[in-house]
Amino acid sequence: MRYPIIAAGILAIAGAVQAQEKPELTVYTYDSFVSDWGPGPQVEKAFEEICDCDLKFVGAGDGAALLARLRLEGERTRADVVLGLDTNLTAAAAGTGLFAPHGVEASFDLPVAWDDPLFLPFDWGYFAFVYDRTKVPNPPRNFAELIDSDLSIVIQDPRSSTPGLGLLLWVKSAFGERAPEIWEGLNRRVVTVTKGWSEAYGMFLEGEADMVLSYTTSPAYHLIAEGDDTKAAAAFDEGHYMQVEVAGKVASSDQPELADKFLRFMVSDAFQSIIPTTNWMYPAVVPASGLPDGFETLIQPEKALLYSPEEAQRMRDAALSEWLSAAGN
Amino acid sequence: MAERGRQLNLAVGAGIAAAAVVLALTLGTLGAVAWRAEFAARLGPSDWAAVRFTLLQATLSALISVTLAIPVARALARRRFAGRGVLITLLGAPFILPVIVAVLGLLAVFGRAGLLSQFLGWFGFPPFRIYGLHGVVLAHVFFNLPLATRLLLQGWLEIPAERFRLAASLGFSARDVGRELERPMLREVLPGAFVVIFVICTTSFAVVLALGGGPRATTVELAIYQAFRFDFDLGRAALLALVQFAIGAAAAGLALWVQVPQATGGGLDRVAERPEAAGMGHRIADAAWIGLAAAFLLLPLGMIVLRGAPALFSLPPAVQAAALRSVVVALSSAVLVLALALPLAFAVWHLRGRRLAGWLEALGYLSVAASPLVMGTGLFILLYPVADPVALALPVTVVVNAAMSLPFALRALVPAVARVEGRFGPLADSLGMRGLARLRHLHLPRLRRPIGFSAGLAAALSMGDLGVIALFADPEQATLPLQLYRLMAAYRMEDAAGAGLLLLILAVTLFWMFDRGGRVNADT
Repeated sequence: MRYPIIAAGILAIAGAVQAQEKPELTVYTYDSFVSDWGPGPQVEKAFEEICDCDLKFVGAGDGAALLARLRLEGERTRADVVLGLDTNLTAAAAGTGLFAPHGVEASFDLPVAWDDPLFLPFDWGYFAFVYDRTKVPNPPRNFAELIDSDLSIVIQDPRSSTPGLGLLLWVKSAFGERAPEIWEGLNRRVVTVTKGWSEAYGMFLEGEADMVLSYTTSPAYHLIAEGDDTKAAAAFDEGHYMQVEVAGKVASSDQPELADKFLRFMVSDAFQSIIPTTNWMYPAVVPASGLPDGFETLIQPEKALLYSPEEAQRMRDAALSEWLSAAGN
Repeated sequence: MAERGRQLNLAVGAGIAAAAVVLALTLGTLGAVAWRAEFAARLGPSDWAAVRFTLLQATLSALISVTLAIPVARALARRRFAGRGVLITLLGAPFILPVIVAVLGLLAVFGRAGLLSQFLGWFGFPPFRIYGLHGVVLAHVFFNLPLATRLLLQGWLEIPAERFRLAASLGFSARDVGRELERPMLREVLPGAFVVIFVICTTSFAVVLALGGGPRATTVELAIYQAFRFDFDLGRAALLALVQFAIGAAAAGLALWVQVPQATGGGLDRVAERPEAAGMGHRIADAAWIGLAAAFLLLPLGMIVLRGAPALFSLPPAVQAAALRSVVVALSSAVLVLALALPLAFAVWHLRGRRLAGWLEALGYLSVAASPLVMGTGLFILLYPVADPVALALPVTVVVNAAMSLPFALRALVPAVARVEGRFGPLADSLGMRGLARLRHLHLPRLRRPIGFSAGLAAALSMGDLGVIALFADPEQATLPLQLYRLMAAYRMEDAAGAGLLLLILAVTLFWMFDRGGRVNADT
């Protein structure tokens, strides 16, 4: 008598498994992308409406840690798409041989031309030091003024965080041979070097430093989400280094079609319109609805700095050891 | 007799098997690391800076802890006051206190927005900066001042009370007592206390991760983590792991060379009559030292409770899941450590008098010199070709945690087994009590205390461990300490405070449950 019950149970479980058998797309990304206030939840909802699949974001650390995680797992990785590398890391990422061409064409609204076959941009921004207007009435206008001021700053570790690496290359591209000297000066202003962006920005908001390395778009968050116009980004006359954030398809993915579908979705209006007010960056393809109100108040750097991925990779190690030896002393 | 021989062989065999596991975990993983290093990688200037910083911070931490412990231990040795016993018990607490929780408490007191900075602010001073070398040293002193105090207090209380009486009858002043009685004792005890703390601080990871504040303050352990986690440079990680092992081995060798005092904890309740220190000045000074030390210890703990309590019952689901995972890891570590320590202790007893016994016991203590991150890196290198190391993050954490608490378990179990066998062994033999019966009727009832203590300590240490799990944990299988670190890294301090209090409660409860369980009906 027991057997029919067990059989029924097994059938019920099998049925449940079958019902769950929507294909699953796993996307590795950085932590703040998947946080409750980041783009993750909205993107997941929007994509699941059209894909008949289960989109799963996995927060796998910031920037370089994200790439290292992928290298650590190699071809065994569960990831189908990696979202959140930037152009300073794409050469290293391409070198792993773990990525497949995306095959997507789009007309990007980027300040630079885009023709990378492996990586597809989803947003971009300029790095900048963000401050509170009420506390810093006369913000520095360049690195020299920052060094000579008595302002305290929080920056991120270039080994673990993409803004940190961005600053490293910003200094290198603006000053070249003089970079070590600039770092020596900057280090006097640095309160602490954090592992990631969230910690640094949190410390700035708590008043632990006068300025924080972030983006020219960060003040938009305070303006739009909080109705607070006291935060601003300092415009530097050396120019501002850019960050272009990209996603790539993992070659060993067991859901290649779904991954392609996701990448096409990523440059569509549905995804791009979520970006400005959740990731607080410029969308890679400006949606038909345009940029949200408030973005027009942001500073526009006179000069955009950006190394090509190959240059960035070449520069990275030299700039890193300059930074380490300046910081280690 | 033949059966007795087989029994003996079984016990020795199990002990040797346990020793082999420990050997594989320590020297085996180191071998894997060395093999992978291939001497292709080179240590850069920043790696050497990490070596220098490791030695510098460990030296400073040990020096400051030991120096401050002198007046505190002296005050505790010659004063009686309500709460003295509680305070001395609390001196043992930092040992099972999860490092990352302590860091949270220290930030609440010494951070830029902490109590100290607010206090300084009233007088117009700039806030205290905790990040960097002094923050790391501060945290290490927080952990090790209590240990140093206990070690020195032991030394003080071992000076026979008669000598103090004799000194009093000779009309010695406090300075004379210091010169004739206290200084010779300190000369014997201080070097050992210094070396113990130095060794502990050379493998510091979580403190430096949270309070280092960048490349200026990087220990070798942290450099291994960075080479592994950010650069995925296995060659450099391996080379750094070898450097770390060399530092650990050298420090452990130093500890063998200098006599290390033992904090057995017995007899800390006697206070010798000290007429020479009865003056008001001495009493005020002693009260001040005890008060300062107590405040330094208790304020951060109090802040954890105070700040954590509001968030404790509304913790995000991810924290709750991590807590459950951590409890499972902690219990598994406790079981595993007993599975290693008991056979080792029995084998050491059966082989007593032979050289092999000494080797077995020494092997058990080997993990003192090994670093968890080296072990983790080695296990990763060994596992990578056959399985997904990320999927095995939790089992690896269990194994490494058990290995790290094995020396403490052996310390408790080896003498206990010897005592039980020495006293009741012949009787049990004459009754023909063997195998499981012997284990159940002879050993377990009489070894409950050391077993409970070992398991409790292993569980508590494992509960709070933030080391190997940080190397290759999936965010979805984070343990509570890692989840707490992630909350701190996202600067979600309210949730972090709640998670910190939860972690504290769990670690203390686990220790208390096992230790208590070991004491029930165990008065033999």
